[in-house]
Amino acid sequence: MAVSIVVRVILYLLLGPVIGGLLEGIDRIISARMQGRQGPPLFQPFYDVYKLMHKQTIVVNSIQVLFITAYLIFTIFTGALFFGGGDMLLVFFSLSMSEVMLVLSAYSVNGPYSAMGAQRELLQMMCYEPMMLLLAIGFYVAQGSFMVNDLIGADRPAVIALPGMLIGFAFVLIIKLRKSPFDLSTSHHAHQEMVKGLTTDISGRDMGLVELAEWYDATLMMGIVGMFFVTREPVSYLFAILACSVVFFLITLIDNTHPRVKAMRMFGLAWGVILVCAGTNLLILNLIGK
Amino acid sequence: MHNLISIYETSGFLIIFPFIAALLIFLQRKDNILRRATVIASGFAIMAASVYTAILVLLGGGQTLYKPASEEVMSLVEQTILFGEAFLLIVVIILSFRHRKYYCALIGILGTCPIMAMELSGVVPEHATYLRLDPLAAVMYLIAGVVGPLICMYAVGYMSDYHHHHTNVQDRSNVFLALLFIFLGGMFGLITSDDLVWVFFFWEITSVCSFLLIGYTRTKEAIGNSFRALWMNLLGGVGFSAGILALFYLDPRQIMSLSELMKQTDRAPVIMLAVTLFAFASLTKSAQFPFSRWLLGAMVAPTPSSALLHSATMVKIGVYMLIRLSPMFTDTFTGVMITVVGGFTFFAASLLAISQSDGKKVLAYSTISNLGLITACAGTGTTEGVWAAVMLMLFHAVSKSLLFQTVGDIENIMGSRDIEDMHGLVIKLPRLALIMMIGICGMFMAPFGMLVSKWAALKAFVDSSSVWLVIFLVFGSGSTLFYWAKWLGKICTVIHQSVNLDDSTHGSELISMVPLTGLIVVMCFAFPWMSNAMVQPVLNETFNMNVPNVIGGADVIIMMIMVTMIFLVPLGSRFLSVGAKDKMTMSYVAGVNAGDDRHYIDSFGKSRSLYLANWYMEDYFGEKRLLVPSIMISAVLVILMVIIVIGGAF
Repeated sequence: MAVSIVVRVILYLLLGPVIGGLLEGIDRIISARMQGRQGPPLFQPFYDVYKLMHKQTIVVNSIQVLFITAYLIFTIFTGALFFGGGDMLLVFFSLSMSEVMLVLSAYSVNGPYSAMGAQRELLQMMCYEPMMLLLAIGFYVAQGSFMVNDLIGADRPAVIALPGMLIGFAFVLIIKLRKSPFDLSTSHHAHQEMVKGLTTDISGRDMGLVELAEWYDATLMMGIVGMFFVTREPVSYLFAILACSVVFFLITLIDNTHPRVKAMRMFGLAWGVILVCAGTNLLILNLIGK
Repeated sequence: MHNLISIYETSGFLIIFPFIAALLIFLQRKDNILRRATVIASGFAIMAASVYTAILVLLGGGQTLYKPASEEVMSLVEQTILFGEAFLLIVVIILSFRHRKYYCALIGILGTCPIMAMELSGVVPEHATYLRLDPLAAVMYLIAGVVGPLICMYAVGYMSDYHHHHTNVQDRSNVFLALLFIFLGGMFGLITSDDLVWVFFFWEITSVCSFLLIGYTRTKEAIGNSFRALWMNLLGGVGFSAGILALFYLDPRQIMSLSELMKQTDRAPVIMLAVTLFAFASLTKSAQFPFSRWLLGAMVAPTPSSALLHSATMVKIGVYMLIRLSPMFTDTFTGVMITVVGGFTFFAASLLAISQSDGKKVLAYSTISNLGLITACAGTGTTEGVWAAVMLMLFHAVSKSLLFQTVGDIENIMGSRDIEDMHGLVIKLPRLALIMMIGICGMFMAPFGMLVSKWAALKAFVDSSSVWLVIFLVFGSGSTLFYWAKWLGKICTVIHQSVNLDDSTHGSELISMVPLTGLIVVMCFAFPWMSNAMVQPVLNETFNMNVPNVIGGADVIIMMIMVTMIFLVPLGSRFLSVGAKDKMTMSYVAGVNAGDDRHYIDSFGKSRSLYLANWYMEDYFGEKRLLVPSIMISAVLVILMVIIVIGGAF
């Protein structure tokens, strides 16, 4: 058991950014095809980060670097906790902590675009935080444990009991991954009213670290989507990968077809969807359980 | 067990000594070295006695019930209490008439007179126990006896600064400091008392004391707010006395002590009626919606009183009572209603906190919100719930009193306690900023104490399948994160070329703030130990059974790793000198910076200043929009609870 945990954590540490980077590459290609363009090569994100790492880093203050380092470390830690089979609630607590670090790095620079991005990112966190906690509780009520290690040994896939949770989670995933229409805090296109929002004042190596953290994060998120389908049968992993692909494609599709919404509209939508989908799911699950 | 000084003596000392100290301080009108020394020495004496007592009780394990040794002492105490009740009532009546708030006098009479009549009737049965020291009392001793005296010491330096800045307020700091000590005495009395009439007496002491503290400045606003606090707390007192009377007149057993009450597991309707009325009184003390407005109004008082009332003492009385009663809440209607009121308060107050920019107001709403969580935990009546409630109480007391003190200090230095003015605090006042950052992290971030307890609370709610409560908790967590993180961000902002303000924090203030900061950090590491040594005995005692660890094993280790990482990241990056060779620049303003990052050159070539404000979203979460509906909803809930339980009893 202990050995398998170590192996899984090491695999995550090594493969996490690879998967995350590839996902971004695929995202770019799909987006380009949707817009009738050829798009960049699959490995373009890796070239980009490689280049960023070798550029001169320009910082606004030294605290900024500190927070970005903390952001990367805690994101990796969160993922390791999940893939190592830890407590789901602890995973989400740790996740929000790493996010706070990124927000603080934006706050620390005292720049108008960064500050705006930081506020918006906090609002985005407020939008998806309830869903994350409900998700962990949903798994606990449905499968009887908070531990990822126990959950992957389930008899039947969790999605049977938690369809509403899956919908809710897929929805907040758009907010979490900062995809349009909920790319309020930062965006991949820097030529707009908010410049790059949260990451406006981050450059060079620091920007590379943020990208790296986001890759780890994307892998973690896909892992959580997979959790809905994983059972003790090895074949279930195929379904999990399939489900991740579908969810990822849908997010990319929505990203390309929907313009950005206003902050409070996002807030209302997110809490509404969470309450209706995940809340009702939990309520029904509780009634059946009795 | 034979000890040098018995716990009877120390607990007696803790109840009586603060009153003597208060008298000594009251007599010294001038702020001189002697008075400062009196306060600090008394504070340390109380701290030492309470820690000593708490450790002995916790090591001893079980509960100790006792009554004053001889008949003479007993009758003396009874007479003192009778006299004290009459005195408090007279104070309330006189002040109410002076300020023409006659309803306060009426509520006071309604609460106290029937109890006095009952005592004077001479038919109150003798019973075996009047005082009690058990693990829960020990935990409360630690909260009130460590945090409380620290706040009193902080008050010494603070009040001297306060009157330096507020020359229009008459300097009655001797009264203020004396009241703080009386409050502590009342607090210890309440924790130790088992006899319900005695509890009621100390309950009223804290109500009247808080009223006097809030009205300290004697401005119109302060007087208005102090009377609001008074009537709400006296109303709670009426509920409490009604509970006692119900037990005395409606029940043949004539139960007169808390420990007896807790033995009535048959939960007869009359017993539940009394429990519900006590719980109602607790809701007023803990400032749950609909009674929250007294706590918000209490902000007008000088900061030490806010710190004392809202972190370690006043509001903790309510939740202390609820934890005492919690076995009675398991699977009862009252329990359900208490959890719903608590859960709702947690959620509503955390939304309201978003819209506040006054630092103390945010702290007030966060206090209400956290107390709501504790109330909800106690209301579930499960072991996990009580575990979480006790832990939350401990962590909240330390973090919140530190935050209040820091805000008070910043106000004395900068002349403002608005969060917007704390922009760039990390540069202006680095020492206070660091203290404040630790305090804020302690309130909401993993793996600090509050979050750990919240995690246990979540598990408690799920296990007791209170779905609505889970939903309140998860949504409330979202907004809690939002309002704390934006405050934290404001402090962390680095402004270039900013001046370091003169940090004129008093030595006596640091005596209080430094240990509290240390406690927050230490408690992160010590929480498994605290769970075993302090909370487990409470659970064993309250539920009369051995309870397995709520959070244990691998999770604890992972959290230890997280705590270590938090402290290693800054150290490591300093050591590795990350970013040392980076080029420094100004922040991006989509134009030309004019020398620093607070000015830019506009299109006409003029230098314009730049101001970055936080979001408060008044239109969505403002008091105008949310406060009245929240009070309405919760008032309906509370009235419903009381009516249904009264209906069930007759």
